[in-house]
Amino acid sequence: MDEPTTPQAVARISAEDVAKVAALARLRLGPGELDRFTHQLADILAHAEDIEALDLADVEPMAHPVRLRNVFRSDEPAPPLDRDTVLGQAPSAEDGMFCVPPVLGEAP
Amino acid sequence: MSSIDLDRWEVVIGLEVHAELATRTKLFSAATAEFGGEPNTHIDPLTLGLPGSLPVLNSHAVELAIRVGLALNCTVQRSVFARKNYFYPDQPKNYQISQYDLPINADGFLELPSGKIVGVERAHLEEDTGKSTHIGGGGRIHDAQYSLVDLNRAGVPLLEIVGRPDLRNAEDARAYVSELRAVLVAVGASDGKMEEGSLRVDCNVSVRERGAAEFGTRCEIKNINSLRSLGRAIDYEAARQVDLIDSGERVVQQTRHWNEDDGRTHTLRSKEGADDYRYFPDPDLIELDPDPEWVERIRAELPLLPAERRHRLAERVGGSTEAVALIVDRGLDVLCLAAIDAGADAGRVVTHAEHNLSDERARDLDPAAFASLVRMETDGALTATQAKTVLAELVERGGDPASIAAAKGFEAMDTSELEGIVDGLISAHPDEWQRFCDGDVKVTGFFVGQVMKATGGKADGKAVTALLNSRTA
Amino acid sequence: MSPARALPEASLGTAIDTAAAVRSGDRSAIDVIEERLARIAADEEQVHAFNLLSADAARDRARAIDEAVAAGDDPGPLAGVPVAIKDNLCTRGVATTCSSRILAGWEPPYDATVVTRLRQAGAVMIGKTNLDEFAMGSSTEHSATGPTRNPHDLARVPGGSSGGSAAAVAAGFAPIALGSDTGGSIRQPAALCGVVGVKPTYGLVSRLGLVAFGSSLDQVGPFATTVADAAVVCEVIGGHDPGDSTSLPQPFPSVVEHLDDGVDGLRVGLVTEMLGEGIADDVGARVRAAAEALAAAGATVEEVSVPAVTYGLSAYYLVAPAEASSNLARYDGVRYGVRVDAPTAGEMMEATRTAGFGDEVKRRIMLGTYALSAGYYDAFYGQALKVRTLIRADFDAAYERFDVLLSPTSPTTAFAFGDKTADPLQMYLNDVCTIPTNLAGHPAASVPFGIGEDGLPIGVQVMAPALGEIVMFRVAAVLEGAA
Repeated sequence: MDEPTTPQAVARISAEDVAKVAALARLRLGPGELDRFTHQLADILAHAEDIEALDLADVEPMAHPVRLRNVFRSDEPAPPLDRDTVLGQAPSAEDGMFCVPPVLGEAP
Repeated sequence: MSSIDLDRWEVVIGLEVHAELATRTKLFSAATAEFGGEPNTHIDPLTLGLPGSLPVLNSHAVELAIRVGLALNCTVQRSVFARKNYFYPDQPKNYQISQYDLPINADGFLELPSGKIVGVERAHLEEDTGKSTHIGGGGRIHDAQYSLVDLNRAGVPLLEIVGRPDLRNAEDARAYVSELRAVLVAVGASDGKMEEGSLRVDCNVSVRERGAAEFGTRCEIKNINSLRSLGRAIDYEAARQVDLIDSGERVVQQTRHWNEDDGRTHTLRSKEGADDYRYFPDPDLIELDPDPEWVERIRAELPLLPAERRHRLAERVGGSTEAVALIVDRGLDVLCLAAIDAGADAGRVVTHAEHNLSDERARDLDPAAFASLVRMETDGALTATQAKTVLAELVERGGDPASIAAAKGFEAMDTSELEGIVDGLISAHPDEWQRFCDGDVKVTGFFVGQVMKATGGKADGKAVTALLNSRTA
Repeated sequence: MSPARALPEASLGTAIDTAAAVRSGDRSAIDVIEERLARIAADEEQVHAFNLLSADAARDRARAIDEAVAAGDDPGPLAGVPVAIKDNLCTRGVATTCSSRILAGWEPPYDATVVTRLRQAGAVMIGKTNLDEFAMGSSTEHSATGPTRNPHDLARVPGGSSGGSAAAVAAGFAPIALGSDTGGSIRQPAALCGVVGVKPTYGLVSRLGLVAFGSSLDQVGPFATTVADAAVVCEVIGGHDPGDSTSLPQPFPSVVEHLDDGVDGLRVGLVTEMLGEGIADDVGARVRAAAEALAAAGATVEEVSVPAVTYGLSAYYLVAPAEASSNLARYDGVRYGVRVDAPTAGEMMEATRTAGFGDEVKRRIMLGTYALSAGYYDAFYGQALKVRTLIRADFDAAYERFDVLLSPTSPTTAFAFGDKTADPLQMYLNDVCTIPTNLAGHPAASVPFGIGEDGLPIGVQVMAPALGEIVMFRVAAVLEGAA
């Protein structure tokens, strides 16, 4: 099951892909790291070629092992957590709120 | 910016409305969902996105979503919660639990008071975010020194109602939101308060030349917080897009921010191409597939909806579409129908409801008293003006219309007394009389006014006009 | 690195015996705790099983249990039993770090349901155990607090990710421990440390308060020195929890009651795909010996092919990272944990995550982000979910003919530090036999069954269909007796 790093495997994911994915995940990679991670991820994705090759057009996806449905909670409030305890765990707080550096740009 | 040539251009509008559902607790946890409160006091592990916290779905939020779905003629279906992944400081888990390819409500429509039908693509459940306050730089996001995050609102249930691009002008767009709000309030799903943010409207606008088969490139406008802003924003944005096209440029698909102060839409600092929400089924939640029996029970318990109430009233009174819509909007249709049932003239009932019953307390008016007032009027015991005065008193203090009329000294005026007054006025104002005889109808008002002055408002204007006309023969 | 040497056998008694003695008043809970704390004081420096010891709190709790017993109250089935808790289970007011820099010092304001249930049963938490950061790993080398060493050979890994819990039980620091198992993180370290480890059916044990890695795969379970102790812990921690939407609405099956039912007439399948290439000869030999032992005890044994399990590794390394990439998004320096400052919120989040996560976590976050991203979802994540269906279907077919399936837990005995850290894929291959049951949501246990050529423990894996815990424990008990 051991797949060596092949040129084809490297082609599974490019350094550019890895850089894009790192940015999406809010991770910064140094130049050396980018190469190393690209090779490692390519190896893992090369291993996954065995399932990529399967024709599963008629197979239902299984997102979850539990076949339950309609699990509910009643609309009853419970006591909140203590704000001071919670904010005491925060890296920075002010006026009862979490304090963060300036936010550039609106939420989507 | 010039207003656009509507003979040449067609504006296409689709609205996405986020309604906060009127639950006691959050969508997936037991923290209170009340509006406001001291910052970060409506919090629990899930609201904070603490490690190890898990969501459990609030059944009442589902019931409210189903109520709205049914009221919007949607199919209530099996649905799946998905995670929408993006980083933002007021999004505590850095993903939002929403519904993606399988929403709880799909494929419905909303009928506007004008009779226009607007498609509803879907109405799905999702979590609200927290709130960021930007400190320094005058509160403007781009100049702020730092931001403060309050998570009280995070996790409050939202229903996102996605309308189809069936609207063609700002007036219809406003009517759509207004009607949607009436439906949400009617079924008890939301308080519908735009100013508190419980109703938020995002607006997709595009323009195309009339007759074109394809839609133009659309822009999404955010930060619209009143019906008035909605209309202004649409008109501004449509004109902006037409100007762009007219000057040979292209409309770029983007999200724009409505600025109430300068009356313009502005482009947001865009992260073009960076948005990839990586939706996938939330593995902490299982599928939602409401029992058909539950759905039918909810359907049976739905109140009459505004459109149904309009149809019901229109069938009885045959008044104008606008009058009927206004009466239903004021919640006076039940009163009107009861008064008509009690024998009141439908036309007079509608006239009063449309013009004389704008007071909120009018909804509590006793239909029998209202009916007997209208009968006094149609029987000639009260003039229209007197009836209006008595009606105001009825709304204000209640009571019996006959007693109120008597107390005010409103008695039917003897015809001969009125004839005497009219004849006296004709003699006293020969010039005006001549103009009246020559067909100058504007002088009618003069004579009616004089009669009212002489009778202390007791005279019936219509009777005066009839008398004047009879004297010209 | 210390010279390789084995620590003394864990011989301080079982949880069941300890609880019986404490409940009857024959032994004080404080005495039990002091005995374990002494063992910890002697050997923990070499093993590093714990991220945090809660000795004082444990003593206070033990005294309270003794008082309860003296007052005639019954503190419960685990009265006075010391328990080690994996440091990815929330403990109120006690630091919970997941062996990550990013959560250094964070104290949860609430207990995980399993922690509450252990306490209600009279157990006494003595500390939080080391793990691969956020449970991502198979050796406990990927820990911000440094690796845990295998008590059987201090030059070797204890397995992972629950290496601290496995080592704590193997070293006699506690008779029982809790771990979590996403792709083998209880069973593989149990095998490498020579103790019993159980991953229950998905949904039988609450995940509330378990710091999520792969939510559709994660399940909490016990480590113990005996099968019977593991059974008792399962019954204590299992059963419905309304705070977890994926919790099954039923109690844990009555495994304790049926422990001694034997295997006469049971049908045991040896999984062909888990006995071939990649499995060390001595490990394979012990699995066949286990099968023979079961046959001798009255079971019928046959080989059975479960073809789709060969795709397990590929599917797992798309599904688990995909879920993890989203589950770990919340560590952003805003509300808790550490922060690395930067001029803007976005840069602060990036700096915090870059400094706060180790390489293995970053690797899986990026892999999962990629598997879910536009254009790749269908080929990777979507395809992996379909493979889960295949695996479950193949297991279901096998379970029509067999009551349980047998395989190695780990392809090899414990390996040396650094052997596999350079090549992530080699590390992942450790879990090739354990992963398929997580994908299917089925239960499985690892039971020690002799030693390998290197003198180190070998574990045999007993797999069962969903909710097949009773028969799984019966088989495990017979293997334990035959080992």
